[in-house]
Amino acid sequence: MEFFRIKKDIPFMRHALAFNIISLVTFLLAVFFLFHRGLHLSVEFTGGTLIEVNYAQAANLEQIREGLNKAGYTDIAVQNFGSSQDVMIRLPLKAEQSSAKIGEAVMSALKVEAPGASLRRVEFVGPQVGKELAENGSLALLLVIIGIVLYLAMRFEWRFSVSAIIANLHDIVIILGFFAFFQWEFSLSVLAAVLAVLGYSVNESVIVFDRVRETFKKVRGLTTPQVLDHAITSTISRTIITHGCTQLMVLSMLLFGGATLYYFALALTIGICFGIYSSVLVASPLVMWLGVSREHFIKPVKKIDGANEDGAVV
Amino acid sequence: MNRYPLWKYIIVACALMTGFIYTLPNFFGESPAVQVSSAKATLKVDIKTLERVESTLRTAGVESNGTFLDTNGVKVRLKDTDTQLKAKDLLEKQFNPDASNPQYVIALNLLSSSPQWLTNMHALPMYLGLDLRGGVHFLLQVDMKGALTKRLDSISADLRSLMRDKNVRHGGINREGERIVIRFRDEETRVKARTTLDDNQPDLQLADQGEGSELRLVATLKPTALKRIQEFAIKQNMGTLHNRINELGVAEPVIAQQGADRIVVQLPGVQDTAKAKDILGRTATLEIRMVDDTPGALESAQAGQVPFGTELYVERGGRPLLVKKQVVLTGDRLTDAQPGFDNQTQEPAVHLSLDSAGSRIFKEITRENVGKRMAILLIEKGKGEVVTAPVIRTEIGGGRVQISGSMSSMEANDTALLLRAGSLAAPMEIIEERTIGPSLGAENITKGFHSTMWGFAAISAFMIFYYMLFGLVSVIALASNLLFLIALLSMLQATLTLPGIAAIALALGMAIDSNVLINERIREELRNGSTPQAAINTGYERAFGTILDSNITTLIAGIALLIFGSGPVRGFAVVHCLGILTSLFSAVVVSRALVNLIYGRRRKLESLAIGQIWKPGNKVAAAK
Repeated sequence: MEFFRIKKDIPFMRHALAFNIISLVTFLLAVFFLFHRGLHLSVEFTGGTLIEVNYAQAANLEQIREGLNKAGYTDIAVQNFGSSQDVMIRLPLKAEQSSAKIGEAVMSALKVEAPGASLRRVEFVGPQVGKELAENGSLALLLVIIGIVLYLAMRFEWRFSVSAIIANLHDIVIILGFFAFFQWEFSLSVLAAVLAVLGYSVNESVIVFDRVRETFKKVRGLTTPQVLDHAITSTISRTIITHGCTQLMVLSMLLFGGATLYYFALALTIGICFGIYSSVLVASPLVMWLGVSREHFIKPVKKIDGANEDGAVV
Repeated sequence: MNRYPLWKYIIVACALMTGFIYTLPNFFGESPAVQVSSAKATLKVDIKTLERVESTLRTAGVESNGTFLDTNGVKVRLKDTDTQLKAKDLLEKQFNPDASNPQYVIALNLLSSSPQWLTNMHALPMYLGLDLRGGVHFLLQVDMKGALTKRLDSISADLRSLMRDKNVRHGGINREGERIVIRFRDEETRVKARTTLDDNQPDLQLADQGEGSELRLVATLKPTALKRIQEFAIKQNMGTLHNRINELGVAEPVIAQQGADRIVVQLPGVQDTAKAKDILGRTATLEIRMVDDTPGALESAQAGQVPFGTELYVERGGRPLLVKKQVVLTGDRLTDAQPGFDNQTQEPAVHLSLDSAGSRIFKEITRENVGKRMAILLIEKGKGEVVTAPVIRTEIGGGRVQISGSMSSMEANDTALLLRAGSLAAPMEIIEERTIGPSLGAENITKGFHSTMWGFAAISAFMIFYYMLFGLVSVIALASNLLFLIALLSMLQATLTLPGIAAIALALGMAIDSNVLINERIREELRNGSTPQAAINTGYERAFGTILDSNITTLIAGIALLIFGSGPVRGFAVVHCLGILTSLFSAVVVSRALVNLIYGRRRKLESLAIGQIWKPGNKVAAAK
């Protein structure tokens, strides 16, 4: 069994410009949505209280909402979580309220207004924690970027590391764009998924670059686009199969993991799909335009005086 | 060329064996148990308690599957939940005859039912996080500013009496924010004050300010002193929390420091957050009072007639003690309490330090009451407890008090802890709270398990279908990766959370990459006309560099998460990083060992079972 029966190198680089324009448009759209709509941050980042309750029958959201409003809780969000019986109630931080007591107060209000609820989970996050998390998240992202750029620059060449990181940051922005567009909840575990994806799709670029380097060293007389085409073509089968396998696992999480893992798996899915695209079709053209060539990989041979054209002496 | 030396096979076999043994405890599940621990800080659970538990159960005819003592208390393993409840009631009655004033905590618990020989090897099941077992999580912030202000206030009081003692005339000592400002009228006094302070207050950093008749000396705490005060405050608060949580009857509470000024409290199995918060937020005070030793007073008190102005308490050893109601000193005056040894007799002792006002009062009291006893009481929610009641031998001045005589170093330790617990160093505030119901925890485990299982099954099916025998080898390598990962997590006793399970699944999904790389390389070599043996060899060798590069970039991301992540992200990062390391070993070494074992010895190998190899230009699909 073999899926990929490729006779000749596929001329990816001929369409490089088109690919990059597609990327740029998606990227700009993502940035637009990020600024226009913003991320729907979870309680972990914003601070506040989150209460998950479970009803034996399908929950009446309207009744819960009105009941809590009556009890003096305004500005709350009530929504289903996973199934019609599970309800998630979100309360913002309030300065005057003794924050730690909110969970119990809401439960006692629910007992009166919408009876039958059993408490599943309470999360309360104070304002200082949320701010710190956001800071730490950005620091982690920064550390990943610097680490990867340095490593690739050391292992390959600066042109490779710059294009790999640009290509993969563009993935990250697109994932965030999706989250902003659909207003999916951006929680800590989504952040973890995003960073894991960053590491993972850089892999992809590494594998293509590895081939590029090898081809440059082994085969003479190819132009840079031809080398890139060859490298991509010979790794495409691996790329698709690996990502397919990882996606199988992520799909299983998406299906069986329940509501808690849902957005985590979703972020991974988008990351994996765009990861293939960007590391193959964005990173490689970037490398080409940054002007990589054979000379960057061949150690200059010392010319010996009086040698013939091949450099041979006796 | 495709043969491993024997030692490599042995290493692989050993690694697999170790992995298997340490994964094993996770399969045995848990059996019901009852745990007996101390509810009073003054009461210790020891081998005697263990014997008492055993005899209680024996006389009532309750069969146990073993009892043992550990740092948490006495644990009794039972055969089912019915017996567990029965044993709990029985022990409750026996150990806490007075239900309103419980001496012991009798809690239901779950113990791993893996066999003893595994436990002896420290092969324990994975430690499940709160989101998988249910319970409450609190993050408490210690108000360090409060602790510092308190300390600075007591230092300014010290300075006032120091200046008075040394006859230095000053124009007022005040705390302004985080500094102490002393005013002087002339330069001469300031210099004098400065030398006095340098000699007596090594923790202070001094700076001159002001001109003419408005001279000032500004004292701030040195950074080392600042750090010490903060560390002390956090330790003291943790000690206090320990004592209080004991009361909740939690089987395995976690109380840990996080960062410079935070404390994490995790109470597995607790659902009643209101009670937990009430207990955590309670304040305890320490009081020093005199013992009433009027002849006959104690006897009449025991008979029910407590003399006016006194209270009846029970000492640690169980002896009754009549204590006057009048408070001589409170815990606010106590600045430190440390266990140690007597300088002359080398007996274990507790060293107390009092602030200046405290030492003055203490000096007076001890002078007037030589030969009498004083009692140190810990008062919590209106109930007092005698920590210790020493006899006053001589007048004690200077604020350095030593309590010694007839105590073991263990007891000295406990007493010091209790004394410190009485004066909570700094106020605390709950800044994060998470409650997870028990049913949600169980559900999370099932969900996590199902996702991993189905994902693994799907990948296995595909790999075997696509790469045939090499696919099977890859799947075995992947399974061994899972084995290593779970074994490592069990060994390290790292906390497994739902994001952690997600990370296991993801690690498997990513680890297969290495095997795909290898298999594709081998196919490519075959396509280019290499012999099967050469293809295996070059395939593995060429792929290794790539695998290393790609894993290192993933690892960089994992480490960044580990450094900056907290809570759920940290749980994810730990597993993610470990998964990358184990996958390097299993995908490269284990799978190679298997391939070598299958193909390595065959001299004339015609083909490899790696699926169809299609060569461009060759119309006949060469199914090798």
